[in-house]
Amino acid sequence: MSTVLEAARPAIATPRAAPLIAVRELSKVYPTAKGERVQALSHIALDIAEGEFVSLVGPSGCGKTTVLRILAGLIGDYAGSVAVRGRAHCGPSREVGVVFQDANLMPWRTALANVLLPAEVLRLKGQEARAKELLAMVGLAGFERKLPGELSGGMRQRVAIARALLHDPALLLLDEPFGALDAMTRDTMNVELARIAAASRKTVFLITHSIAEAVFLSDRVLVMSPRPGRIVEEIAIDLPKPRGLDIIADRRFADTVVRIRRLLDGEGTAQLPSIAH
Amino acid sequence: MPGETTLPAEAAPRLPALPAWLRARPEYLLSPLALLAVLLLWQGVVRSGLVSVYVLPAPSDILAALAEGLQSGLFLRHGLVTLSEAATGFAAAVGAGLLIGALIAEVRFLERAVYPYLVAIQTMPKIALAPLLVVWFGFGPMSKIAVATIIAFFPMLVTTIAGLRDTNQGRLDVLRALGASPWRCFIAAKLPGALPHIFSGLAIAVIFCMTGAIVGEFVGATAGLGYLIVQANARMNIPQVFAILLVLGVIGVLAYAGIQGLRRRVLFWDKS
Repeated sequence: MSTVLEAARPAIATPRAAPLIAVRELSKVYPTAKGERVQALSHIALDIAEGEFVSLVGPSGCGKTTVLRILAGLIGDYAGSVAVRGRAHCGPSREVGVVFQDANLMPWRTALANVLLPAEVLRLKGQEARAKELLAMVGLAGFERKLPGELSGGMRQRVAIARALLHDPALLLLDEPFGALDAMTRDTMNVELARIAAASRKTVFLITHSIAEAVFLSDRVLVMSPRPGRIVEEIAIDLPKPRGLDIIADRRFADTVVRIRRLLDGEGTAQLPSIAH
Repeated sequence: MPGETTLPAEAAPRLPALPAWLRARPEYLLSPLALLAVLLLWQGVVRSGLVSVYVLPAPSDILAALAEGLQSGLFLRHGLVTLSEAATGFAAAVGAGLLIGALIAEVRFLERAVYPYLVAIQTMPKIALAPLLVVWFGFGPMSKIAVATIIAFFPMLVTTIAGLRDTNQGRLDVLRALGASPWRCFIAAKLPGALPHIFSGLAIAVIFCMTGAIVGEFVGATAGLGYLIVQANARMNIPQVFAILLVLGVIGVLAYAGIQGLRRRVLFWDKS
């Protein structure tokens, strides 16, 4: 292929620098109500380097949210190893900030008080100024005293992003953060997210089922198979950053989206001559 | 021709001009008028002798009994007794309902051990306990407080449990991902999230505790509006019975309005 996109790498990511996150042989089995066992994840390996924007795409139910919940420390019962900066990770960590599909704001708290929630839980003092800065960074200056019920869906998700950044985590985890928004708001939010990720210099791990969103935002896209979830492909996106929405018209963008689409449609790597090299 | 298609401007019959507030909320005029009509009809029926005054006193007699009871200080004296019994019972029921409800909702083994019995007791008419409680706690205010507490406790318990079980899991995930303790999760997410349910419980409990105090007084008492009703009934002083019912109605409405006012302050964020 004569594109600037790198050819397929092996499914295990090759770390460029010392990885911020290193996941090895990660498997997860859920017991069902009938006493059966469902293999949600099977031998996942991935590395995320400091400052990288990595997306994980896959069909519904492939276990991508399980990966995120393990990284967030919300699931502690798994097989394999997860390390943050070389240290074993099992449980919630200050190194991680999470944004979920729903903003999950406390409706009785103002936007500012919601952003300050991590400071209360982690007993950090004097974070008001930083919380206001973060609200300004996500484009909500002047909305500090609004209640979530007075904000639009996109604005609530911006508050959630500011909240996830308050305690200055090294890694920002995003679980389909714009999945509940309408298509136009979603495009706007993606441009904003690219800007926020660059401005805050965070490492970002994004779960999404929108291929275009993943390609638009990421340095690398990991493609997951249906259950049991495995990472079947890793695609580096070498489109120049910062990217504007006009990149959608770029040929290379379209090629990458089609390529991932084919992978997800179950045609399999072996049947794709452009990838099986 | 264009002139033929336009309708005459003054075709619709015009009503006399009403003030704007009345056009917006006609019930402000219609409800008092309906009440007045019923009272007039009632007065007419009783005065014409169709219904015995011992069965249904005329509105004018009830108003006279009300004025007499209020002026003599009789209603105030007995009303304060009933109110203090009901208020104490309310406070006890709210405290116990919140505490035990939170324990049952949060501690899994307690729920499994106790909840079936609570459901069983819940189906029983608690008011039937009133005679027993008078035997246990005597003719003083204590037995009335006990009845009020018991019947106001269950709505508080049930709504607290329902509210805490209705916790938004997403909000809990946010806290847990930050490493928040269970206590922090309870205070920062579960309890505030349960408040809409809890306020429904408070609105029921505030009415129930009045009922409890009155019934306790029916069974055996030396003071209180319930005691007064029984006395007036025995003397066939039916206008006074109706006057006391009116007083009880006003107290109930005020108590309920108080809870709703508190609800609007506390649940400023809840638009439902």
